[in-house]
Amino acid sequence: MSIDLTTGYLGLKLRTPLAASSSPFCKDLSNILRLEDAGASAIVLHSLFEEQIQVESGELDRFLTESSDSSGEAMSYFPEMVSYNLGPEPYLNHLRKAKESVDVPVIGSLNGVSTGGWIRYAQMMEQAGADAIELNIYYMPTDLAMTSQQVEEMYFDLVSHVKASVRIPVAVKLGPFFTSFAHLATRLDAAGADAIVLFNRFYQPDFDLEALEVVPNLVLSDSHELRLRLHWTALLYNRIRPDIAITGGVHTAEDVVKGVMAGARSTMMTSALLRHGIKYLEKVEENLIEWMEEHEYESIRQMRGSMSVQSVAEPAAFERANYMKVLSSYSLKA
Amino acid sequence: MPRIKVTLDGNEAAAYVAHKTNEVIAIYPITPSSNMGEWSDQWSAEGKPNIWGSIPSVIEMQSEGGAAGAVHGALQAGCLTTTFTSSQGLLLMIPNMYKISGELTSTVFHVAARSIASQGLSIFGDHQDVMSVRATGWAMLASNSVQEVMDLALIAQAATLEARLPFIHFFDGFRTSHEVGKVEQLTVDDMKAMLPSDLIRAHRARALSPDAPVIRGTAQNPDVYFQGRETVNPYYLKVPGIVQNAMDRFAGITGRQYKLYEYEGAPDAERVIILMGSGAEAAHETVEHLTATGEKVGILKVRLFRPFAMDLFLAALPKTVKHIAVLDRTKEPGSAGEPLYQDVITALAESFSEGTFPFAAMPRVIGGRYGLSSKEFTPAMVKSVYDELLKAKPKNHFTLGINEDVTHSSLEYDNAFSTETNKTVRCLFYGLGADGTVGANKNSVKIIGEETDNFAQGYFVYDSKKSGSITVSHLRFGPSQIRSTYLISRANFIACHQFSFLERLDMLKWADPGATFLLNSPLGKDDIWAALPKQVQEQIIGKGLKFYVIDAYEVAKATGMGSRINTVMQTCFFAISGVLPREEAIKQIKYSIEKTYGKRGESVVAKNFAAVDQTLANLQEVVIPATVTSTQAMRPNVPAQAPDFVKNVLGAMIAGDGDSLPVSAMPDDGTYPSGTAMWEKRNIALEIPVWDEELCIQCGKCVLVCPHATIRAKIYDKSALDGMPSTFKSVPARWKDYKEMGYTLQVAPEDCTGCSLCIEACPVKDKTQPKRRAINMVEQPPLRESEAANWDFFLKLPEFDRTKLSVNQVKDLQIFEPLFEFSGACSGCGETPYIKLLTQLFGDRTMIANATGCSSIYGANLPTTPYTKNLEGRGPSWSNSLFEDNAEFGMGMRLAVDQQNVYAKELLTRFAVKVGEDLATSILEADQSNEAGIFAQRERIQWLKTKVNGLLTAGANGSGNALRDLLAVADALVKKSVWIVGGDGWAYDIGYGGLDHVIASGRNVNILVLDTEVYSNTGGQCSKSTPRGAVAKFAAGGKPSAKKDLAMMAVAYGNCYVARIAMGASDMQTIKAFNEAEKWDGPSIIIAYSHCIAHGYDMKYGLEQQKLAVQSGHWPMFRYNPALATEGKNPFVLDCKAPSIPLEKYIYNETRYTMLVHSKPEDARRLLAQAQADVMNRWRLYEQMAAMPGAPVETQATEGSK
Repeated sequence: MSIDLTTGYLGLKLRTPLAASSSPFCKDLSNILRLEDAGASAIVLHSLFEEQIQVESGELDRFLTESSDSSGEAMSYFPEMVSYNLGPEPYLNHLRKAKESVDVPVIGSLNGVSTGGWIRYAQMMEQAGADAIELNIYYMPTDLAMTSQQVEEMYFDLVSHVKASVRIPVAVKLGPFFTSFAHLATRLDAAGADAIVLFNRFYQPDFDLEALEVVPNLVLSDSHELRLRLHWTALLYNRIRPDIAITGGVHTAEDVVKGVMAGARSTMMTSALLRHGIKYLEKVEENLIEWMEEHEYESIRQMRGSMSVQSVAEPAAFERANYMKVLSSYSLKA
Repeated sequence: MPRIKVTLDGNEAAAYVAHKTNEVIAIYPITPSSNMGEWSDQWSAEGKPNIWGSIPSVIEMQSEGGAAGAVHGALQAGCLTTTFTSSQGLLLMIPNMYKISGELTSTVFHVAARSIASQGLSIFGDHQDVMSVRATGWAMLASNSVQEVMDLALIAQAATLEARLPFIHFFDGFRTSHEVGKVEQLTVDDMKAMLPSDLIRAHRARALSPDAPVIRGTAQNPDVYFQGRETVNPYYLKVPGIVQNAMDRFAGITGRQYKLYEYEGAPDAERVIILMGSGAEAAHETVEHLTATGEKVGILKVRLFRPFAMDLFLAALPKTVKHIAVLDRTKEPGSAGEPLYQDVITALAESFSEGTFPFAAMPRVIGGRYGLSSKEFTPAMVKSVYDELLKAKPKNHFTLGINEDVTHSSLEYDNAFSTETNKTVRCLFYGLGADGTVGANKNSVKIIGEETDNFAQGYFVYDSKKSGSITVSHLRFGPSQIRSTYLISRANFIACHQFSFLERLDMLKWADPGATFLLNSPLGKDDIWAALPKQVQEQIIGKGLKFYVIDAYEVAKATGMGSRINTVMQTCFFAISGVLPREEAIKQIKYSIEKTYGKRGESVVAKNFAAVDQTLANLQEVVIPATVTSTQAMRPNVPAQAPDFVKNVLGAMIAGDGDSLPVSAMPDDGTYPSGTAMWEKRNIALEIPVWDEELCIQCGKCVLVCPHATIRAKIYDKSALDGMPSTFKSVPARWKDYKEMGYTLQVAPEDCTGCSLCIEACPVKDKTQPKRRAINMVEQPPLRESEAANWDFFLKLPEFDRTKLSVNQVKDLQIFEPLFEFSGACSGCGETPYIKLLTQLFGDRTMIANATGCSSIYGANLPTTPYTKNLEGRGPSWSNSLFEDNAEFGMGMRLAVDQQNVYAKELLTRFAVKVGEDLATSILEADQSNEAGIFAQRERIQWLKTKVNGLLTAGANGSGNALRDLLAVADALVKKSVWIVGGDGWAYDIGYGGLDHVIASGRNVNILVLDTEVYSNTGGQCSKSTPRGAVAKFAAGGKPSAKKDLAMMAVAYGNCYVARIAMGASDMQTIKAFNEAEKWDGPSIIIAYSHCIAHGYDMKYGLEQQKLAVQSGHWPMFRYNPALATEGKNPFVLDCKAPSIPLEKYIYNETRYTMLVHSKPEDARRLLAQAQADVMNRWRLYEQMAAMPGAPVETQATEGSK
């Protein structure tokens, strides 16, 4: 029996649901080639960080200038270069090269800090040949005066502005920390998002107790993190227009199956590949096929959304009662 | 091809032609010519071709001697070749220069003429260097202005090819090399037209080639050498004609006519001044002024100084001349007169004696010296010379511009005389080094010069400090050519970019009546008046100044510019000076911002634009009150209790009034007292560290790392606290044996530079608020008075008996008095903590030989110097010989000390009975291996001197001279520690030959290499210490080769103590290395990682970067101690663990590496991979060496253990 692994995401036809999620991994063109060889159906590039561009420019400018004209003998301490490749150009060049080098869709990832930046860089990515854009909204509202409504409005504005500026599909990758995520999803839908990507993983600083310092930290994900994604995918599937993709916690073929069954059109991986190597992607695909054969599934389409809130026998299992039941089941075991 | 107008400085003008008209360029950095090499290297790195379409090959050599050798070789092999240099650099080229001219070889050396180090070094301009090479057989052509530099560079190139003689093309260091002016740029077509290809082919045809072999450079004998030397005569005879011909051809192409000897002034002049260089322009301006009033005066500009064409020279003088003054910008002590004067006298005398005399009578000729070391040369001085010529008995061999009150040679002049006209706008800007003021002003000159029909001139004066230096920009703009090669003293616009300058600099004395004064002030128009010193108020009212204020720091901060106020102040200047219509000016500033900063990123441009836009809204005009209300006097430059020499001599220099000091005030042999930096209170820190005595664990790390010795600690008997100021802090000492004593950590608030290294070094954190340390930065102004009083009290606390402390513990070392303090080094300097430590450990017995470089500049640049002495009057003796010879210089000191020690021992042995056998024996056999032993020996020597004096008093019975000799050399019986200190440019490059020899000698010297991995002092040029992949000047594409392992080269000798240290990574290893090096009775070398402003990051993280350098394996710390070998142990001890982080985690914190990532990412990746491989390969080697067992003792050859 031939199994149809194809799926559609952002209007793009993908060979399988297995895609490479946005990570520094994709900074290296040879990794991108190897990902395609290993079966990645789409590549989401690492993010272009507007803030980083600004910081790099600022730092270079500061240190070139601060050391200038401080003494009669040393008018400066560095030679003046013809250009510094600061700004989006290196990223866009990388995107162009990636597009030239692989056949699978290449999705640009963008993290901006200003509305102007988001729009301009999105347009640049489109011009550079990106098949789609993933807006990596990595925003930590720490301002005590900012309301949750203001935060959400910012998201909607951003998505609608970018959507109005480019013709290629736009996905929105965001974190789970919203009071009413389901409503948020509908507003993103209304703003024009073509997909939502669940979820961004934020840096969660650790403490160095000896040095009494805050240490930036991001550990690799594991399959446990999939649960949250499954939960919201299953809840939203078919209730909003945008496609849903899962990133974070996809480590095995079973994880892929679960993701698809919850309703995801794409399941994206990074941590597992960092841990096991790019070739591991082939293994996951093999296992996926084996699982589908064993369980007699013909296609991804067949299983998509089969475990979503609309399709399962007990939709309440996804809701608050679920929590109660879990507690009681543990208490029974005890 | 049309010629464009550009604004550039003399160095760029010379380099532009040199790079376009040569194939090989060998370079070496030396101020003020370094920029010519930098431009050439940069243009070649950018792929800019010469006029024949190929990219010149630019090579940095290890010294100017090396550059001259490379030039000689390239010339002999047929390439058009050049170099650039100044001062000592030119002197190092002399041997090759004789060869190059003797072989009739075409080349042009471009020289930014500079003083020669004699009683003191000076980086500034005069003709001492070029006059030192006038005997080498080179033609010498002088340029007087930036335009002339460009033009004569080409004329020299054309002439050398035709004449077959090499040319020195020189112009005045700084005054012309660094003056920014508007010039017409020569085109490639101009250059091609001036350089006929047949002459270039002829040059190539003379080259050495195995295809047509010849021998050149034979050794000749008495029979023929003389005749051979005379063969060149015809070539010299032809040079004047060739040069004039080239000048005429040049005039045909460009319309600018030059003459070998160019007369300006009244056709019937009776009084004529003859001179060359930039001073001729000031003289020209004066002549125009005087002739307009009918005076019969003129000047003769000498352009071709060698060969000196006497006939053409005489022909250029007006026939009416009766009085001549020849001005030389040099000094030739003991001569019959300075060089140009002698030539003029010779020309006149020869002509007279040969009967070709063109004048009715022999003119009276006087000669004088002016302008040494960029000393001002003004129209007032020029006029005084003309006035002198009118006298019946004018002074000959006079000096001009100084008060020479010893032999009374100087001419007086009237400072009120001025030739400035109102057509020229004259502006002065006072800025802080690195606040962007100079850059913005260069930019303004460019805008006005290139976007209007006006002429523009910019000249920039720096003080001698590397931190908190004051810059003064002198800008002139006007419709006529600007010949004013002197500083502005009548300004119609003055801007003060730092509010604090007002209390110590009398800048408004330069304001013309009705001038505009712009002040960067935290106070607005309504509050500023009350905050001005009385003198400033008086001047504003008295001169009727217009007065504007802006809080530039606030605007800069609000627009993301941080503390960079350059754009804000530049916008203010254009807005109120009216040099350009306001809208046009704003447009041009923004265009210029785009051009300057565009490549650094859009956000940089955006914030500069925002700064421009915000400025106008914040600029305020102050309504001037009618009366002076302030009682606030300007701060004295030196405290009243300072010694007279400091107050009267150094104080005048500090006040910026050093020009007024008479010759009699100056030490006549260049010897200055030590310990004078303490009197120069610069107050440059915005924030200073404040001690939290409750949190402090008294570890001493802050004291150790402080680059300026402004944090000190003392332990003392608590009774010493009587009368302490109310805010003085004291806590019980945390020493096991001294718990009853008091401890204080005190900051010198007026000397601190605010670098924060101490805060970063502090290991303590407040448990409730970890951001608080045991010292924390706090705003300086509110603390200034109280902490200054505390500092004074602290200094008076008695020094603790250091023999009771350990020389190996950081905690104890904080109590050791530093004998190096408050230097002018950069804020956060990575070098000075090592020097300070050296003086803490051995300062009372140390002789320092210091290579030229950063450490000699912050170590001994006037007005005040940081090496000081202890209460007993002992401290480091310090001297600088040259850049290249420092190891030899230091070894000479060692030889002298040892020789005197031997002689003293001989004398003491001879007089042992008379002075007492026991005393003599105890002295001769003294153990001086530790401080207690040294101090005991000092007491014995004191006793010995008493005894010898007693013997002399009692009658020496014919032994008087010998006893007096013993007295004179007795101190040599106390151990002396010789330290040879310098940077990597010296140790790795120019001084390496000597360093190698000194190490090989086995003599007991200690070498401290302050390794910043770059020529820091001259502006960041690549040295052989520069790591692979780092960008530096002369390595604009990233250094392709690995850093030289100087430490291992020294290890290879076996008899040399070697340590590679990094204080930030291990202070204990650093201290251990210093003690072991000093103890080793043989050569020692310590290579000390020194973070530097040239690395491009916030220097407060210097210690952290040192740690990362070690952790990444870039800087593996080790000690190689031959003393261990004598014990049968492995002398090689690794003091760090294997590399634990990738190299990029260390290097990509620094701009010197990241700028390559941004500019050439592929190269950066490749070089990073290679550098990472270097690290691992070196580590494998070190690991093997450290793992080797020691050799049996009997096979060791350890000279140092003898």
